Amino acid sequence: MMQLTTQDIEAIRLSLQIALTATIVSLPPGFMVAWLLSFRNFRGKVLLEVFINLPLTLPPVVIGYFLLLMLGRNGWPGRLLDAAGIQLVFTWQAAVIAAATIGFPLMVRSIRLGMESINPQIIDAAKSLGSSKPDILFTIVLPLSLRGILAGSSLMFARSLGEFGATIMVAGNIPFVTQTIPLAIYEYASSPGGTGMAMTLCIVSVTISVIVLFLHESLTRRIQREAEG
Amino acid sequence: MRLRFDVKKSQGSFTLDASADITGERIGIFGRSSSGKSTLIHLLSGLLEPDRGEIFLDDDCLFSSRDHINISPHRRRIGLVFQQAMLFPHLSVKSNLYYGWRRCPKELRRVDPEELTCTLKLEGLLERGVGNLSGGERQRVALGRAVLASPRLLVMDEPLSALDDTLRFQVIPYLRSVSEQFRIPCIFISHSVLEMQLMAERILLVENGSVTGPATPDELARKAMATSRRGYVNLLQLSGPACSSGLYRYPWGDGQLVISDGSNTNSSLFELSSRDIILFRKHPEAISARNMLECRVEELFSSENRVGVVLRSANRTLVAEIVRSAAEELDITIGTTVFAAIKASAFRRLL
Repeated sequence: MMQLTTQDIEAIRLSLQIALTATIVSLPPGFMVAWLLSFRNFRGKVLLEVFINLPLTLPPVVIGYFLLLMLGRNGWPGRLLDAAGIQLVFTWQAAVIAAATIGFPLMVRSIRLGMESINPQIIDAAKSLGSSKPDILFTIVLPLSLRGILAGSSLMFARSLGEFGATIMVAGNIPFVTQTIPLAIYEYASSPGGTGMAMTLCIVSVTISVIVLFLHESLTRRIQREAEG
Repeated sequence: MRLRFDVKKSQGSFTLDASADITGERIGIFGRSSSGKSTLIHLLSGLLEPDRGEIFLDDDCLFSSRDHINISPHRRRIGLVFQQAMLFPHLSVKSNLYYGWRRCPKELRRVDPEELTCTLKLEGLLERGVGNLSGGERQRVALGRAVLASPRLLVMDEPLSALDDTLRFQVIPYLRSVSEQFRIPCIFISHSVLEMQLMAERILLVENGSVTGPATPDELARKAMATSRRGYVNLLQLSGPACSSGLYRYPWGDGQLVISDGSNTNSSLFELSSRDIILFRKHPEAISARNMLECRVEELFSSENRVGVVLRSANRTLVAEIVRSAAEELDITIGTTVFAAIKASAFRRLL
């Protein structure tokens, strides 16, 4: 195994920073969208469902390209941001947006699975005990879908760590700025003599994934134990 | 409490079109499964919205399609106890109990948590999680949780169906005592005639989406006599037992009842099927049955091809069931004296 350079270490740090930020930023909207899809009936629900799940079926490069068009100077969100003095394209924040967009359907699906496992009569019981909808959301739905939220967050985090296609389109592959582990591996693998370094970063990637999965398992077990009280 | 409703609700191919005006503190809603009982309860508690109609509890309108009134379920103050306890699995017994109490405005709180915990014998369970409670304990917590929210009406939707017979009769006294002790009117839903006899004063009958009644539990039991597996169930509250040779003797009417399944507690509730009583016109010379009661026929009623014979001894009555041809052969009419033979083992102690 070869020694990591400062550029590699920065890529690892950036990967973690981007994945963590994407996960945290996606949690509140992910929870709300899952709640809407699980508990509310409204016109256009199917449309919302299709839209949310679109990133699962589209190639990430396509998503990245759309994001680039939107966040660039020619897209209206990009123009608005530009007017406010904010430029997102080719920054680590753009990588966060790319990762969040790609991982969002996975998060929503997991949280939704958790929410749909709640017996509707438990919600009815809470209503009859004087609990309003927002109250039920925070005192019943949120705690009872904790396992789904945790699973969704882990999936989102892991998926964000591995994000490549959309990130390279919208954030580029700039060392110390937007270069994450997958992008660094790509650069090593496509340059002569970089195989060893590519392998080292692969091992780092596997290690982080294993740690995330272990953390997820142990937290899930803890929640389960507490639930069984 | 007075409950008035006239509602219509269609769900797929099923339509509930029901109206009633009933007053009472313990109202029963009786019906077979899928008759529309639960739909009716969902409409009353606000969990479902009627297609049209109105619902009044005392003088308050809970729903009116004409006046566009629909009080949301969390403001109706109608407590619900379900077939399954539906406790909040992430909360302790104590937090479950206090969930509704904390959400009830202080000026409306009528139930003292400590008193209720004591009545329901939940003191030892408060700090426990709800995951490892027994079926009876779970139902007691669910009942306590609903009562602590100080509802103006307590609705119990088949709360005993998920319990076995032993637990069921252990839970019934709690259901009765909280409603009486804390003066909360209740609606009790069940498909069991016996539970209706034990729990309700007046009954609405739900069948194929429509409501008839009100009827009394006795009227319901008489109507169901021929079709019910156990005939008409006589409920006998007996006290002051004397035990000898393994049999318990309880004073009843002019004589006494000899019961093998008795108890040394002062008062017990027994059930006796109308089909376990054999009638004789003359006293038989020798018979293995330990009870031979001389009674007067007070009333006769029909239930399909059976005849219900109401027997009186002093201030107590019993209903015996015989087929029509037997009634004709024995020439049983009102005022006739008959001898009722009952085996000591025919009585089943419920409480």
